Amino acid sequence: MHFGPHLLLAALEGLVTSAVLALTALGLSLVFGVMRVVNVAHGEFFMLGAVLAWAISTAISGHPALGFLTALVLAPLIVGLIALVAERLVLRRLNYNPEATIVATIGMLYIIQQLALTFYGPEARPVEPPFSHRILLPWFGYSGYKLSIIAASALLLLATWFVLTRTKIGLVMRATQYDSETAQAFGIPVDRVYAGVFALGAMLAAVAAVLIVPISQAHYLMGQDPLLLSFIVVIIGGLGSLRGTVVAAVLIGLSDGIISVFFSPTLAKIIATMLVAMVLVFRPHGLFGTASR
Amino acid sequence: MTDKNGFFDLSKTGLTRRTALKGLAAGAGLAVAPGFVRYSQAQSSAPIKIGFQSHRTGIGAAYGRWYERTTAAAVKAINEAGGINGRPVEVIIEDDGTDPGRGAEVVGKFATQHKTDIVFGTLFSHVVIGSAPAAGEAKMPYFVVSEGHHVASTKLNRYVFQPGITDVKSQIQAMAPWIAANAGKKVTQIFPDFAFGYDHRDYLPPALKAQGAEVIAQIAIPPTESSFTKYFPQIPAETEVIYHVMVGPAVLTFVKELGEFYGSNRPQLFGFIDSLEATDINSPGLEFLDGSHFWEGSPRYAQPSDSAAQKAYRAAVGIDDNGAAVGDPKDVSTAAHMFGCWETLYVVKKAMEDAGYKGPEDRAKLVEATEALTEFAEGPEHPQGPKTFNGKIHQCFGIQNISKVEGGRLNVVHKTKIEDGLYEPEGDYTSQAL
Repeated sequence: MHFGPHLLLAALEGLVTSAVLALTALGLSLVFGVMRVVNVAHGEFFMLGAVLAWAISTAISGHPALGFLTALVLAPLIVGLIALVAERLVLRRLNYNPEATIVATIGMLYIIQQLALTFYGPEARPVEPPFSHRILLPWFGYSGYKLSIIAASALLLLATWFVLTRTKIGLVMRATQYDSETAQAFGIPVDRVYAGVFALGAMLAAVAAVLIVPISQAHYLMGQDPLLLSFIVVIIGGLGSLRGTVVAAVLIGLSDGIISVFFSPTLAKIIATMLVAMVLVFRPHGLFGTASR
Repeated sequence: MTDKNGFFDLSKTGLTRRTALKGLAAGAGLAVAPGFVRYSQAQSSAPIKIGFQSHRTGIGAAYGRWYERTTAAAVKAINEAGGINGRPVEVIIEDDGTDPGRGAEVVGKFATQHKTDIVFGTLFSHVVIGSAPAAGEAKMPYFVVSEGHHVASTKLNRYVFQPGITDVKSQIQAMAPWIAANAGKKVTQIFPDFAFGYDHRDYLPPALKAQGAEVIAQIAIPPTESSFTKYFPQIPAETEVIYHVMVGPAVLTFVKELGEFYGSNRPQLFGFIDSLEATDINSPGLEFLDGSHFWEGSPRYAQPSDSAAQKAYRAAVGIDDNGAAVGDPKDVSTAAHMFGCWETLYVVKKAMEDAGYKGPEDRAKLVEATEALTEFAEGPEHPQGPKTFNGKIHQCFGIQNISKVEGGRLNVVHKTKIEDGLYEPEGDYTSQAL
């Protein structure tokens, strides 16, 4: 294949990765930014989203788009609810202590993963895409659905940005992130904000998973890669920075796509990890992060 | 007998009459517990215990599920016919997570905890390679159903056998003439980046070269990969045949993305059914496979030429004419591989009977009796077809099926002969000490 189309394919693949990664990493970043909780179970919320998408879309007969759209709405809501319960039952009781919550979320990771294995089983199950139009380029064919993931993700990111910067809820979240004690003194129910943010973080991961599941199937171990990549993105972009997370996701996604198409996927992972090390050495707060107070 | 410290004074050590009575009762309970009397009485009536190392979770889960069903069906048939040496067969299943490290632990558990007579049933080659040393160390006969060339390479040890399924080197050698003559001369290979894939990487190029064809590119993909489009640009444009073999949970994605990439304007495709094992070939997005060819160990779809034994085997395992579970058309089997469990158990039965096997102390005799086997006739015990067995390399040889996707099913269009897959032995296990 010639260089031009080769690069185009690499960029497309990279953008799909970026789109999903941006949503997942944003959830992780939000939870850390506001609550200072490193949520190791984030990847499992991603997996839950995919597994629920399978369950919902198989339960609904008729056109595949119907089942998929229902899953796109319902699966994140259910995952958000589960996250809310987990936050109430576990994180709040630990007073959001940074060390204790890491251990607690590792525990949650295993509990969710094993529950999925018990009730969903070890198989990888496909979810039918809402439409399967194949876009025919002169050099190769490409899935139309994959392109729609990029658009859907961009819309969701815009919506999140709007909520965070233009609404009262966002204002309250930002105030809590800036200084939770002062926020509390000003009458902001910090406790409820924490619960909401944790649920929102999980929902972003779940939405990303529902978007990706028609091209990669639901499997109980699928949460591991997104977790790792999300951490990489969040560290490079700067913990708690929305802009940094999106920029870093596009950077990592594109470089992953291009390097793995032209060279090898393993090299792409090596370079991403190197980048994390470099950022940690030279800009410990990430590209767009601010020093903690 | 009472010293100053009261060491011999029973009242001070807390051993009261009540605890003594409890201890007696517990001891009596243990003696009448199920199994206790039977084992202590007579070895001959105790069941033969087969430790089944199953891929119940991890990337091999679909195979594990069907290997368990096939094994259960075979054991039921063997027990109904009187068991082995008059003793019933009992299968003990341990999940290895399709992980080599865990696999070795499972073999150890079978040897020391369950004290099974043999270990059986492993498919994934990296698990076999990881577990084989543990089996050799425990002197535990280890009967795998793996398809890899590792057993026949004689690089494992004397306790490892593969008598129920042919190995990749033999399969490739038998099919290469057909590929070169019917599919094309310029071949690009796509294979999983671990032991099983390396067998394909290493043995296809020489086998094709002997037929005047050549491998022009080799693309290795990690078995845990979930997205494949990025690998396809490496396929050279002059490729006439894509030879694909993939494993793992994402096989459906692999084939779908191949279809998206090429559409109907594709090179010839020759695949190992592994790329679609446990997956419905009529899944949406797989239409482009129509007219392509697959290797199958045993055909997934019922064929007009099926023998009575093949029909009986399919009914016993519970698969319908489309190779899916009876009553659940979505639960597609791993028909191309799982027959190996059935056949291997009958080989174990034959070898144990030849050896007059009584218990774990006869394991060495069992190894020698297995090595003495030479052929297995086609029939209810070997429904896939006739086989020969080479005791020096612990590997069987049999026929291969090449099937074409036509009208939403796989029809066998070519069957190789046993001789097509024979090669010079690379070593001799029988020269190793037992």
